[in-house]
Amino acid sequence: MNPDLFFQYVVAGITYGTIYAVVAIGFNIIYNATGIINFAQGEFVMLGGMTAVTLSRFLPLPVAILGAVAVTTVIGAVIDILFIRWLRGPSVLRMIIITIGVSILVREAALHVWGESVRALPYFTGTSVTSIKMGNVYISPQVLWVVGVSAVAVVALSAFFNYTMLGRQMRACAANRDAARLCGISAKNMVTLSFMLSAGIGAIGGAVVCPITYVQYDSGTPLAIKGFTVAILGGIGNSAAAVGAGMILGILESFSIWVLPAAYKEVISISLLLLILFIRPSGIFGSAEEARLKEF
Amino acid sequence: MRRKRGFICAIVALALLVGAGVQAADPIKVGAILSVTGPASFLGAPEAKTLEMLVEEQNKKGGVLGRKIELIVKDSGASPEKAFSFAKQLMEEDKVFAIIGPSTSGETMKIKGVAEVGKTILLSCAAAEVIVNPVAKYVFKTPQKDSDAVVKIFQQMKTMKISKIGVLSSNTGFGKAGEEQIMKLAPEHGITVLASEVYDKAASDLTAEVTKVKAAGVEAILNWSIEPAQAIVIKNARQIGFKGPIFQSHGFGNIKYVEAAGEAAEGVLFPAGRLLVADVLPNSNPQKALLVKYKKDYESRYKEEASTFGGHAYDAFLILVKAIEKAGKVDMDAVRATIEQLTGVVGTGGVFNFSTTDHNGLNIDAFEMLTVRKGKFVPLAN
Repeated sequence: MNPDLFFQYVVAGITYGTIYAVVAIGFNIIYNATGIINFAQGEFVMLGGMTAVTLSRFLPLPVAILGAVAVTTVIGAVIDILFIRWLRGPSVLRMIIITIGVSILVREAALHVWGESVRALPYFTGTSVTSIKMGNVYISPQVLWVVGVSAVAVVALSAFFNYTMLGRQMRACAANRDAARLCGISAKNMVTLSFMLSAGIGAIGGAVVCPITYVQYDSGTPLAIKGFTVAILGGIGNSAAAVGAGMILGILESFSIWVLPAAYKEVISISLLLLILFIRPSGIFGSAEEARLKEF
Repeated sequence: MRRKRGFICAIVALALLVGAGVQAADPIKVGAILSVTGPASFLGAPEAKTLEMLVEEQNKKGGVLGRKIELIVKDSGASPEKAFSFAKQLMEEDKVFAIIGPSTSGETMKIKGVAEVGKTILLSCAAAEVIVNPVAKYVFKTPQKDSDAVVKIFQQMKTMKISKIGVLSSNTGFGKAGEEQIMKLAPEHGITVLASEVYDKAASDLTAEVTKVKAAGVEAILNWSIEPAQAIVIKNARQIGFKGPIFQSHGFGNIKYVEAAGEAAEGVLFPAGRLLVADVLPNSNPQKALLVKYKKDYESRYKEEASTFGGHAYDAFLILVKAIEKAGKVDMDAVRATIEQLTGVVGTGGVFNFSTTDHNGLNIDAFEMLTVRKGKFVPLAN
């Protein structure tokens, strides 16, 4: 393999990796606040992309994306208020089933609203054929957008969770809901907030990746599976680790094509997920000590 | 009391009479198994819409042989397992006269045997050659053969002096069947396949795949799939600086993909039925009138662009109606045998000439080589 080809595979891997990481971050936010996995996370990504495409018909692109994020955030809040908020101490299994149900509901609703056709936002910079040439390696400017937006999101989130009162309150709820309540934190509000936050992050991700991946009413699920794999791989709850794990999975997938037929690309991620669950359930970057204290 | 009984008798008699009346004009039940939703929804949705429109039109004209048509659409979501159980349900519970669909090749192959055993006419809207080769007595299909599409592409490559190509295909029935035909037909047309990659139908980025194909030193890329991935392929190929021509299968005939791929779609070459270029066909073309009418009707009713896929359902329905009319009775075996005798039927996909050995009825002339210019489909020859 010559170096040009090597780096081209690396770039392809980074592209896949950041897309997965963006989805994984959404999983982590809700997990951090509630301790549950929200299986409707892929649908937030889809909603963000779809709404942005619709709004971009009559609004300038940045406004359309902001609008899409706002709409999806509201939908996130509505989902929590309608399906989660009124439950009294629901079990993990029940929450999983509810979020799976919500994901199916959202998908079918999207089918009725938007129909079955494939949509895409225009490329933020240049067109679909523009690429930046570095030596003999080509990279699409949209990939840089995705990488940049993910980086900003990760930094902003870790700052939010570590340095703001609200972020700390959300973490407190996840760590020990009863203790948090004793301190005067409204656990229910924190959960609603986490749904809004992860819906918003999902929507940003959906809007940024949709020029690359396109968006369709059912495009959320495959993304959610990859995002879930990455979230587990990195250690659930840790957004910076999700980025690292996303890169690992993306680059592994892209190099797998060099040696294996491309059809086996999906096998890589599933094998990796199983391997991690068997050997190191706390994730590559997670601590086993910490994982033992978690409920799920 | 007696008067009351007489009254009841009259009502019962009337009811029987009305019942008998309904019996005589019993509608002809036509089942349709289509992927209205799911990954192949761009095939199934226009097919279902087309059928609804045609059935309504036909019933307004008084139906077929004085009997109305009742359409029962089942959404298989492109799942062969669902298609299988729907086929059983349509045949055993609804007792349909014929089944139109399924939309995809994988589904059709799954139920080919069921239709054959259950002796129900199946008019598939899927492309793969294996559906009608070997011939199954009750199974027909309306889309053009994929082998003809491959040959059409190879002929075009020959005129462009291309001999070394890279092949990409998706892991679906359509992709697999196309890839097999490409591998089989390439040697006899002097084409060398330097690299062939199969990708997942839900793939969201294919940079690595096209990188590998480009590295093999190919002159052109030929992609065979029906999913959004076919628009992703061309985009990624251009992004990594591939300058050669890109060929697509007849599955590319949906303007939505051109819109999604934007600039990257310019100059893509693919064989397709003439529906996409109906407006610019010469008036002498026998298909022109029918194509323009279908396109106009469909677009004014559904406010979306007509695609060749809806056309496959159009042709299936057209053939069924023609065969019933020609047979003069709604009898399964008579109608089945009549389809085999239909010749010169002008449809959206081409002019159909069926025989006992040809259950598709179309040849390579049904294809026109198209390209994309300024975001629109145009015949390459123009």
